[in-house]
Amino acid sequence: MGLLSKKDAALIKDPLADNNPITIQVLGICSALAITAELEASIVMSISVLFVLGVGNVVISLMRNIIPSKIRIIVQLIVVATLVIIVDLVLKAFAYELSKTLSVFVGLIITNCIIMGRFEAFALGNGPWKSFLDGIGNALGYAVILIIVGFFRELLGSGTLLGIPVLGDPIEKTGLYSIGYENNGFMLLSPMALIVVGIIIWVQRSRNKALVED
Amino acid sequence: MGLKSSLHNFKEKNKDKKWLPAFSAIHTFLFLPNETTHNGTHIKVADDLKRTMNTVIMAMVPCLIFGMFNAGYQHHLAFGDIQQATGGFFSSAFWTMDNFMVGFWKVIPLVIVSYGVGLAIEILFAMKNSHEVEEGYLVTGMLVPLIVPIDTPLWMLAVAVAFGVVIGKEVFGGTGMNILNPALTIRAFLFFAYPTWMSGDKVWVEGAVERDQMIAAGENLDAISGETILGSLAQNKEVGYEVMDMFYGLIPGSVGETSVLLILLAGLFLIFTKIGSWRIMLSSAIGALVMGLIFNGVVSSGWITESSKFYGLMSTEFWHHLLIGGFAFGTVFMATDPVTASQTNKGKWIYGFLIGFISIMIRVFNPAYPEGVMLAILLMNVFAPTIDHYVVQGNVKRRMKRLKVKTA
Repeated sequence: MGLLSKKDAALIKDPLADNNPITIQVLGICSALAITAELEASIVMSISVLFVLGVGNVVISLMRNIIPSKIRIIVQLIVVATLVIIVDLVLKAFAYELSKTLSVFVGLIITNCIIMGRFEAFALGNGPWKSFLDGIGNALGYAVILIIVGFFRELLGSGTLLGIPVLGDPIEKTGLYSIGYENNGFMLLSPMALIVVGIIIWVQRSRNKALVED
Repeated sequence: MGLKSSLHNFKEKNKDKKWLPAFSAIHTFLFLPNETTHNGTHIKVADDLKRTMNTVIMAMVPCLIFGMFNAGYQHHLAFGDIQQATGGFFSSAFWTMDNFMVGFWKVIPLVIVSYGVGLAIEILFAMKNSHEVEEGYLVTGMLVPLIVPIDTPLWMLAVAVAFGVVIGKEVFGGTGMNILNPALTIRAFLFFAYPTWMSGDKVWVEGAVERDQMIAAGENLDAISGETILGSLAQNKEVGYEVMDMFYGLIPGSVGETSVLLILLAGLFLIFTKIGSWRIMLSSAIGALVMGLIFNGVVSSGWITESSKFYGLMSTEFWHHLLIGGFAFGTVFMATDPVTASQTNKGKWIYGFLIGFISIMIRVFNPAYPEGVMLAILLMNVFAPTIDHYVVQGNVKRRMKRLKVKTA
């Protein structure tokens, strides 16, 4: 990669696979369970987190030398809260229906462990460019899992993708439904998201034994 | 010379006979363990995992056969082909070949799919982890067809079995390591994934769903309704069944769970062969009765009126709860699963009592989920290790105290 040095590239690549915030660090699970019943919501959530984490990491990194360490958590919270409010208002203005689906979970990005985790662990000790890459990388790692989970849950649970019916019409009994297929209602319930995340973790660790802890 | 060794000698003597495979199949089924001690001073018993499993299966066979008859009986009754059988359990209108064949052709595919899918996954995992195929699925595979509605589509069953065996059992390390009862995991999966096929008044009678679709398509037919007793009670409706019918099992319900009489006999058989824990069975019956009595008390003290949506189920006489729904079946065959139940004797009392207590509570308070016993057992499965931990710790503490008194 010409654009990024090897080290910088690793900042983006690692969280996508071997250091994934959800499957390896097991952070940010709450939102992964709550909003992944639809693919669209997963994607919007991912973009929101991408924005908040990318910008937030840079802001914290710029301020890292002037934040008194005693009150750093409060400062971090204010930064996240500001960014989250921006996201929330933008969603309400341009995608009102969707913001209703996501409801409190946009607000709850504030408490998303990944964000506070990256602020504490990375942005406070690194320069803005590196912090930006780290933020983008971790948000993308989060996004990958959210989108995989959202894909399977919406496909198997509602038979649609991004709201478009792909398996036929369940009421008119066309497509797959004509041979007796039915949507799996369990997929729409949160426990199934946990199980899908579990299966992803399982697959990932059986492909890369180095990730297995004792 | 014990029975086991004489059978073994018999096999050795007839090594080259043509019919030996048939004999050894039965011999294996009943006696041959997967690991036994051959020398040294060890305790030798014929009871091993396979034998235990087979005993449970033998206990279930009457329920299965009865389920076939009952499926046909409910079908013919709902379609108006026959009159309600009078004379209870031995009624000749019930034990007809006609009834049996209807049920037989519906139940056997369920059994085949359940065993086929389950064993295929077990073998796959056994090969992958290079160990012998364990017998754990023998009982689960037989339990599953008994606890689903007769009209469950086969592909749904296959999906659920795959889910239950992989997520309920194999991810924990296979037979003996599972936290949740696999058969109930399969049932719970079906229940949450395809609720329309698992509850309501259509699914319990063979052909009712199909008939419904024909009516929807415009054909002039009578709709078939075969509500379970719990379903009627949850809607504060009159129950059209005699108590003895509930006991004998001539009522709609999942395939093998309706006949309390046969389940009771199976339970006694399991207690007699020391396979099932009488502590769990007894304590869950007590738990259910206590909860039932509490609800009866609430009703008789006038705290709730007939307008309450809980009235139907709360005012059910407390001991009727033992007869209706899957309670008896769950208590005898599922709660006693030695892997997922409590291991300590005191723990078994607590575990069983809470199963009975909670299942009636769920049954009454959440009419949308009448399968209280399924959820109660799964819940207590999760708590069983905790119960055991505190029982053991309590024991340790008591002994420490005794030791202190002695040494002081």
